[in-house]
Amino acid sequence: MIPRHLYIGISVLLAAVLAMTIYALRMRGRAVATSVSPSDTRPVAPPAAGPTEQVTLFVAYDDIGMLQAHAARIPLPSVRQQRAEELLRSLLAIYLDKSSPHPLPPGSDVRGVYLVDPGLAVIDMNAAFADGHRSGILSEELTVASLIQTLSTNIPGIAKVKILVEGKERQTLAGHVDLSGFFDAAGINQLAAQLQNSP
Amino acid sequence: MRWSSTRSSARALGIIIASGILFAFAAFLVLAAAPQKHLSVYSTAANYSLPIVQRQGRDYVGLLELLEPLGSVSAKFDSRRWRLHYNNILGEFTVGESRVRIQGREADLSAKFFFENDRGLVPIDSLSSLLPRILGGPVTLHVESDRLLIGSVGTHFTAAIAPEDSSRLVFHFTAPVNPSVSTEHGKLHMTFSREPVLAPASPTLTFDSKTITQAKFSESNGAAEIDVTTNIPLMANFSPDGQTITLEPSKAQTAAASNTAPPAPPQKLLAPSPAPPGAVPSARRYFAVVDASHGGSDSGETLSPSLAEKDVTLALARRLRQELENRGIPTLILRDSDANLSLDDRAFAANNARAAVYVAIHAASSGHGVRLYTALLPYADEEDDGPFRSWSTAQQSSLGASQAVLASVAAELKKQQVAVRGLTAPLRPLNNVAMAAFAVEVAPPGLDLSQLASPDYQQLTMSAVANGIADVRAQLGMAP
Ligand SMILES: [Zn+2]
Repeated sequence: MIPRHLYIGISVLLAAVLAMTIYALRMRGRAVATSVSPSDTRPVAPPAAGPTEQVTLFVAYDDIGMLQAHAARIPLPSVRQQRAEELLRSLLAIYLDKSSPHPLPPGSDVRGVYLVDPGLAVIDMNAAFADGHRSGILSEELTVASLIQTLSTNIPGIAKVKILVEGKERQTLAGHVDLSGFFDAAGINQLAAQLQNSP
Repeated sequence: MRWSSTRSSARALGIIIASGILFAFAAFLVLAAAPQKHLSVYSTAANYSLPIVQRQGRDYVGLLELLEPLGSVSAKFDSRRWRLHYNNILGEFTVGESRVRIQGREADLSAKFFFENDRGLVPIDSLSSLLPRILGGPVTLHVESDRLLIGSVGTHFTAAIAPEDSSRLVFHFTAPVNPSVSTEHGKLHMTFSREPVLAPASPTLTFDSKTITQAKFSESNGAAEIDVTTNIPLMANFSPDGQTITLEPSKAQTAAASNTAPPAPPQKLLAPSPAPPGAVPSARRYFAVVDASHGGSDSGETLSPSLAEKDVTLALARRLRQELENRGIPTLILRDSDANLSLDDRAFAANNARAAVYVAIHAASSGHGVRLYTALLPYADEEDDGPFRSWSTAQQSSLGASQAVLASVAAELKKQQVAVRGLTAPLRPLNNVAMAAFAVEVAPPGLDLSQLASPDYQQLTMSAVANGIADVRAQLGMAP
């Protein structure tokens, strides 16, 4: 006789397998399809309710061309993946605010963060974020360093990061910063340190 | 009894579940990260690669994108009709139809024409009949391996055991090559993705040697590969002209007993060894390569409504070349017109020039003064010996030299009272360049953006950059 808890376990795992397969097929479908999705203009999701936690956000400032670390208290879910998404949404909320220190295009959002491989984080951003992003080496690298450093500082164990746009690989963010490879979290950590030094 | 049978069935189920998860995870990784197929194109003008898209089970490629690096091309689309001009040739394509007209003469594609997102897509297996009508010359399509050769390009090779030493295998190529090299037990692979290396008369060559028995040529997925079968660890040595590759027992093998020898390179991946700066001064035509970033359809940043980055970078690059040549430094400029040039093309041309220093020029509206960048290399997985690994980290061994040039240039800019900042950046093609390499991002001196186009400001900044390079020329292998 097979105990009942095994049946439940199997059903849950089979459902997970099915969900992952569907997700992978959708990702692949997106990579193959060439039709341009309309830009996503959803408002930034409000932070999930729950107990608040202290985190460090690395915020870009265009006027001085620097990153600055800010301590913030935000409500974070307990699931690692959702925590990652909420962290980045809190950061985007700063950039989308009227008094933004580093304006990002209206409607910029995180479609999802996937912590797939041990040490690999995939950040999937929407088209609005990339299509309207300001062009320039420093402008683009401030954004990328801010996102990755915030993620790897608050979510332990991230060694490399891939940034996708609408589920697809993109050559550059806005003509400069390379999105075709994997970012080395250690390298970005050093870059973040350089960007925190005043010029 | 009953207990143990429950336990073994639970264990069996556990194994099934675990393998199910592993399978699903592997499928997820494979599907999510399935690399896109590419068509590699080789011509005398440029070598480049284009993404392949699948339509109705066939491989297609954008025709305009294919022709762009080869000549002047433009296209117009109105109600199902796509009219493409290449130099003086007119091609007419109709959505959903395979019949096309080239200079008024009808021809048939193997499948229907698609038009999507401003791209006219033609089936790849029709290129060998379609392109000669447009280009007016022969093309060779290797349809199984997605390689397209335009005109009489093609690199041939011979392979022979060295007469004086049967543990060495010498390849000679008719043009410089820079393959990525990897080894696994009993095999050494050389992958040529950027050169049109062609098959020898027989794809499998056998040798009369105890240690190296055969070399096998194959091609797939836009690249050619030579697999060498061996029973000892081999390393690849490149001649300065890039036309001869000698495979010989790796130093780790021969110098194992000596503890004074420098550490041997890891046998897992013996990176191609581009000529180190200064090693072959006589073979060097250019000391510096100046790259006017962006160009053609890539305008770079719109600095102001009337000022595109690509125009400022071209003006700055021309000035820098002049300043370097005034200091006796032979300089190659990579873009001297409003041309499209891919990042791979730029890296390829720079590496091919075998110069000592590469400078990418950018301009930006944000901030002020000049920012200098060396490469921030992508994550390099020790486990990943993929053919592009050495390409994406070709800069690795030159980073020290790059930082030295950056420091020298920064000092010269400071002398001219220009605000300067040195950073790293994940910026291609810096990471693909196998020599000292840095990028210069010129921002206006103050709030006035029009200063970016001012000859005085351009002169001030570029002469300082030239001074910085000239100051370290001896370090980079040029007699002062
Ligand atoms: Zn630029």
